[in-house]
Amino acid sequence: MLEIKNVYKTFNAGTVNEKVALSGLNLTLNEGDFCTVIGGNGAGKSTMLNAIAGVWPVDSGMIMINGKDVSGLPEYKRAPFLGRVFQDPMMGTVADMSIEENLAIAARRGKRKTLAWGVSKTERNVYREMLAEFDLGLEDRLSSKVGLLSGGQRQAITLLMATIQKPQLLLLDEHTAALDPKTAAKVLELSDKIISEHKLTTLMITHNMHDAIVHGNRLIMMNNGRIIYDEAEEAKMNLKTSDLLKKFSEASGGQELDNDRMLLSE
Amino acid sequence: MNFLLDYFTSLNPMNFLTALPGNIAQGVIWGIMALGLFITFKLLNFADLTVDGSFATGGAVTAMMLLAGAPAWVAFLVAFAAGILAGLVTGLLHTLLGIPDILAGILTQIALFSININIMGQANRTISASKYTLMLSLRDVYTAIVVALCIVAVLIALMYWYFGTEQGSVIRATGSNPKMATAQGTNIGFYKIVALALSNGIVAMSGSMMSQYQGFADINMGRGAIVIGLAAIIIGQVLGEAIFRKHFNFIVRLIFVLVGGIIYYLVIGIILWLKMPTDDLKLFTAVIVAIFLAVPYLRGKSKNSFKKLAKTNKKESAAQEVEKDA
Repeated sequence: MLEIKNVYKTFNAGTVNEKVALSGLNLTLNEGDFCTVIGGNGAGKSTMLNAIAGVWPVDSGMIMINGKDVSGLPEYKRAPFLGRVFQDPMMGTVADMSIEENLAIAARRGKRKTLAWGVSKTERNVYREMLAEFDLGLEDRLSSKVGLLSGGQRQAITLLMATIQKPQLLLLDEHTAALDPKTAAKVLELSDKIISEHKLTTLMITHNMHDAIVHGNRLIMMNNGRIIYDEAEEAKMNLKTSDLLKKFSEASGGQELDNDRMLLSE
Repeated sequence: MNFLLDYFTSLNPMNFLTALPGNIAQGVIWGIMALGLFITFKLLNFADLTVDGSFATGGAVTAMMLLAGAPAWVAFLVAFAAGILAGLVTGLLHTLLGIPDILAGILTQIALFSININIMGQANRTISASKYTLMLSLRDVYTAIVVALCIVAVLIALMYWYFGTEQGSVIRATGSNPKMATAQGTNIGFYKIVALALSNGIVAMSGSMMSQYQGFADINMGRGAIVIGLAAIIIGQVLGEAIFRKHFNFIVRLIFVLVGGIIYYLVIGIILWLKMPTDDLKLFTAVIVAIFLAVPYLRGKSKNSFKKLAKTNKKESAAQEVEKDA
């Protein structure tokens, strides 16, 4: 499904700010894999997702989606294959457009933009039903500006936008990190539901080790721009937070886990 | 005191009224220019300074087409096309060469100054209404107003339609959240160019109408156009929001850009009627725009002020002290 082969990316090469972000990254996801990603600050988790999405070209290496090499495609040309939800709830939606207009743009992702009306009547009804399933009271506010919604509601809308056309790969970049615990749980529950319903191949970054173990069928840990630990299915389900902490210090050569958030959020 | 008395008795209300239709006609023509600017400034979030040049280009192209014997409406359409080209250049400078928006606009604007002289062969050209059949002319102000209003009505209808379509929605998304637009598969560079081209096409159309209305095209006719356009947009927005509040939707916003243009020229009319020197008009323009920009900000601040809260709290605690003492 997704194949990342020996990918390198260095930011600000040749300056004092030089930062090797991805260093020989290899990853293969199977169809339907729901893979959680953990790792310390600067481990390269978000960089990996940005490399897949094509925010910038990687220095070397290959990224394949469904057997097609996408590493030479710009971000907007990869968008049809991908559904993305960002950490910042403001990022995934247009604040001064209505909920239905936002959804309509997502429903046309990767399609030729015509001079037909931006939101049709039939799709409006479809959106209403989809939002009703979310149970957030948004189904009656289709024409409200997204900017009026809370962060959690905006993130739920972004999640719906990412999956309104079944993406070949869903990328969730700490999409619950900016939300309060209750809302975060709700959005995570929604994500789980959508992913299992549509059998979406998913990469989800989280800083919460418990979430990383409980959700999905596979877990990878990153450090210094590559994957240092990869566990799937039953072995993954039986993991404990303490195991992960131990693995982390082992793999990183006794280096301490520098991310307090990870330690605290069990 | 005598001086003041003399001044006020010298003001004749009739003078203001006779100048009124002319002011309205100019307001409508500049309102069209402002509608073009609205696309880049408000929808695309792109401060496009090309317009000072493309407005004059519209006038220059119209004058030369008329002098070459073309009908006025053909000249009008060619001016639109010339404006589109100007916008295209700014768009390509910005997207292909990575030049920041304001600079890209300034570069095209300064280049257009030379190009406009080349188009006209000299700094200005006269197109007399007695020699040519024009779409509108100040010789018949009332007809000019009707013609300009018809054109603006069609323009507003077209803009309302276009920005409701799939393409228009994507342009609005590009302006408001380019990150989201890209993630949803939009080639934002392409749509920026489309919006800039459309915007400058409309601005050039307005320049074409202005040259016909005043009977000449001049290399300097677009100088300060961006400020007048901003004035119209901002005056319209402040008034529209005050009147319509929650119902200030897209069509009303577009109409109020036009209203803003007319009001701007009414204010200019009043200033001229008060016998202020014409050389100071640009100064007044700046003051008007500054006032309309500041009013919503200051109103918001007075509703939401630290000082006020501190004062109220001080008063209340003082009152409680008094109560305790009693």
